[in-house]
Amino acid sequence: MTRPLLIENARIVDPASGTDAAGAVLVRDGLIAEMALGGPVGVPDGAEVINAGGLILAPGLIDMRVFTGEPGKEYRETLQSAGDAAAAGGITSFVMMPDTAPVVDDGALVDFLIRRAKATSKVNVLPAAALTKGLAGQEMTEFGLLREAGAVCLTDGRQSIQSSAMLRTLMSYAANYGLTVVHHLSDKSLAGEGVMNEGLFATILGLKGIPREAETIPLARDLQLAALTGVRYHAAQISCAASVELLAAAKRRSRNISAGVSINNLALNENDVGRYRTFFKLSTPLRSEDDRQAVIEGLRNGTIDTIHSDHDPQDTEVKRQPFAEASDGAIGLETLLAAALRLVHAGDVDLMTVLRAMTSRPADILGLPSGRIRQGAPAELILFDPDYPWQVSESEIRSRSRNTSFEGARLAGKVMRTIVGGRTVYIHAEENRGRD
Amino acid sequence: MAQARATTTSATAAGPSDDFPPFNQKHLLSIADLKQHEIIDLLDRAERMVPVSRQERKSHPTLSGKTQINLFFEASTRTQGSFEIAGKRLGALVMNMSVKTSSVSKGETLIDTAATLNAMRPDVIVVRHSAAGAVELLSQKVGCSVINAGDGAHEHPTQALLDALTIRNHKGRISGLTVAICGDIANSRVARSNLLLLGALHVRTRVIAPRNLLPAGIEHLATEVFTDMRTGLKDVDVVMMLRLQHERATGKMIPSVREYYHFYGLDAEKLSHAKPDVIVMHPGPMNRGVEIDPAIADGPASVITDQVEMGVAVRMAVLDALVATGNEL
Repeated sequence: MTRPLLIENARIVDPASGTDAAGAVLVRDGLIAEMALGGPVGVPDGAEVINAGGLILAPGLIDMRVFTGEPGKEYRETLQSAGDAAAAGGITSFVMMPDTAPVVDDGALVDFLIRRAKATSKVNVLPAAALTKGLAGQEMTEFGLLREAGAVCLTDGRQSIQSSAMLRTLMSYAANYGLTVVHHLSDKSLAGEGVMNEGLFATILGLKGIPREAETIPLARDLQLAALTGVRYHAAQISCAASVELLAAAKRRSRNISAGVSINNLALNENDVGRYRTFFKLSTPLRSEDDRQAVIEGLRNGTIDTIHSDHDPQDTEVKRQPFAEASDGAIGLETLLAAALRLVHAGDVDLMTVLRAMTSRPADILGLPSGRIRQGAPAELILFDPDYPWQVSESEIRSRSRNTSFEGARLAGKVMRTIVGGRTVYIHAEENRGRD
Repeated sequence: MAQARATTTSATAAGPSDDFPPFNQKHLLSIADLKQHEIIDLLDRAERMVPVSRQERKSHPTLSGKTQINLFFEASTRTQGSFEIAGKRLGALVMNMSVKTSSVSKGETLIDTAATLNAMRPDVIVVRHSAAGAVELLSQKVGCSVINAGDGAHEHPTQALLDALTIRNHKGRISGLTVAICGDIANSRVARSNLLLLGALHVRTRVIAPRNLLPAGIEHLATEVFTDMRTGLKDVDVVMMLRLQHERATGKMIPSVREYYHFYGLDAEKLSHAKPDVIVMHPGPMNRGVEIDPAIADGPASVITDQVEMGVAVRMAVLDALVATGNEL
């Protein structure tokens, strides 16, 4: 039995209940025992007391799309280093993509990952299992056994199922087990050799473009197949205005549809590629500013459900290449919250909406009890200062890889304390700053 | 024939590069990096270089003692040869390196090769690579000057400069002209560099191509966009034809060579819509009977061999401006 923990004098923001008020939270045995709004609360015997000093107390973030290098490419990222980065970023749970070596397409690997993460990671690692063996899009995996082993959802990670018949089969079978299918949207033949958003900017750089239709055509297909099969479907990450429209229409007909967006597509656009900056080469390409605005509007009006980091560690060997030959991906665990708060500070989206997309919405989609401050829920909590100014510096990154698309960015908002299972797993050196 | 009216340049008492102030760039990576006055400066320098190659003793050794490496990841006969002759006429020690690349190891080879070559202490590296941006990346890894001899579909700056010099010599000016660029715009670095350079010099630019050979947003790079040769060529001063990689394009981007030639090949009838004194250019190597009628390619309006001659002058001027002693940045 650990000591009870009382966090008092906090601004509690809990999207699940719509709470935004001063109050205190009592944690006992790794669970939330009580949330008290308003006046002072009694301190239980032997409790550890944290004076939040007015910081925001929110549910820990749940990141639905994180790539690691373990197993297979530990020099890029381990579960431990990803866990350290996540804890510093206020992410208390992340869904780990199955794109590892070996691919997570077998129950034994799911089991291994869960045990390995428990032993080495500060935060919860939720394995996503592959839809198809080896992510090859050809043979289905053992959905039932994977679920029993602890997989939280099914996805082929960076890969997109090209065959409509195959996808239909996968969706039907996933529906059988009540598993969510998370699908990356890329029509391979349309994307072709494209390496960034199709348009004037790609033309000027002499790079082959990826048309938006490489995303919208599979999305339209997926939405119809989801309706046909009744599967719980989550579009992994969308990037353009037309996708938002398709989703809005589908959501009017079905409650089984949801969609995510990478923080990169919310915070950046194609112009950030600049002169062949490969940290801005992403598997869902950065689109135009109009698209970015449309995606923000989609988040605001609820068409887009979740925001994730799309954390994808890549080493210099594969990034220091001519743009077309470089690997896709950027890290993002440590910058997710602050980059998302940019939208709040800019007045684009309110704080509750942004936090909901990283707490209760992903929890609901994945069927997790966390992501909310409610009696009996796991004590996964963060304290953060929404205005704390800082500059992203490569040298301070906890990830083993340094491919951040926010290098040098001035951000406002920093996590001061991260609590997982009732235990503090991260504390910022300046947690006491500004406290009464 | 064209050769006779090629240039108005005459040898002056001063040497070709003597009275120019230092050129204020370390590399030549793209036309987009150059300001208008720098473009004109390079053209003026190149014009002074033309007589060197016409002398009996073709030597202007401002690069004496310097080392030039031609690093070609893509095969090229004329561009590599042109840079080699240019360097040698300036007295540089010129080494040619052709690097065979497999599609998987291109980038690795690039960075590794850059580090290796840099250790040999060259003064300038001339690079051609199949990937856009590769030359700029390499320039970040070496200590010497780097000249882009073509990077993917991005830029080919010396080609645009030699085209501009050819136009200026034939027309006496560049500004105010109307220039049509015809063919595979989507995959052409020559088109991009030319559109940027001509745009900077206030030329009316037209691109003419079937829609699937026009890249997205091209209307922002060219003054006008045409899909019909006859209307596109109407009253133009200059026609630049582009090479069609027909082995790759047939069946994928165009149905057949004969259909392409019928609608987009430059023949006398289509050319008759241009101004009577129109000049016809081509960066080479030409596909006679694919994008151009042999009678036009070798006819009186063609200035294609002049382009090759101006190519040497432009490359001498660029090498001299970037590398000659006294110009070090």
